[in-house]
Amino acid sequence: MTVTRAIEPWIQDPLVRFVNEAGARLTLIMTPAGQVLAQHGFTRAVDVMAAAALGAAIVSSTREMAKTLGEETFTALNHQGVRHGIFLAEMASPRGPLLALVVYGSESSVGLVQLFFEDLVRELNEACPEEEPTRPAIAADFERDLNDSLASLFGR
Amino acid sequence: MSEKFRPALDGITRVRGVRGALLVTDDDGLVVADAVMESVRGGAVAALTANLAARMGKATVAAGIGEANFIHLQAENGALLAMPAPHGVLVVVIAEKDVNVGLARLEMLRAAEAVR
Repeated sequence: MTVTRAIEPWIQDPLVRFVNEAGARLTLIMTPAGQVLAQHGFTRAVDVMAAAALGAAIVSSTREMAKTLGEETFTALNHQGVRHGIFLAEMASPRGPLLALVVYGSESSVGLVQLFFEDLVRELNEACPEEEPTRPAIAADFERDLNDSLASLFGR
Repeated sequence: MSEKFRPALDGITRVRGVRGALLVTDDDGLVVADAVMESVRGGAVAALTANLAARMGKATVAAGIGEANFIHLQAENGALLAMPAPHGVLVVVIAEKDVNVGLARLEMLRAAEAVR
């Protein structure tokens, strides 16, 4: 059974609706730094970490390319394969910018993913609580936070 | 809209009762060209109709009656028509309830020919 899990509970329902409607196989919601807030469909923590790091890096790279072209940013990026497509998009939220990485198969399409992504952005913005005060990141907490997050994302 | 497809789509929208027409990529569900009213969410219609057409195609093949070559979906206040065209394009029409479906279909065939 494919599971959707969110570290922050306000993401869960909008993400479940998005995954069902868009027919997404895998989805990550994360910060531009690659910190994962929610995932759907992943079964291994190592895959989540790799996908988040690579997705964040792709967005970072394309942002620099956009600057070179005089664009503020590219809002969405789609890579189409034979059996799978990857949709990577940035969205504004009250918590600051977030990234979504969506992997879809032949039963869906980039058009469907784009369509329901608009709904996801709107629903996340409606569901997002007031911003929490940021706390300084210290090296000692980093690994513990990472492990806690991964445990939450896989229901451990 | 691409000028290449304008005459074909204009031919469809001239049919009485047609609210809009689109050329859509059947695998991606993206709009190639459209002539729809501003109130119509062309992108949403394109994505959902392409998905519907793909599933309907699977249903007709599973039923042993071959690929779907025309879809007529009657709704409460109108109709949605779809027809495959060459090169993975789908001709989609949004129409009112009392549209002359035969005439609309004829113009959709002409639009499909224009894609060739």
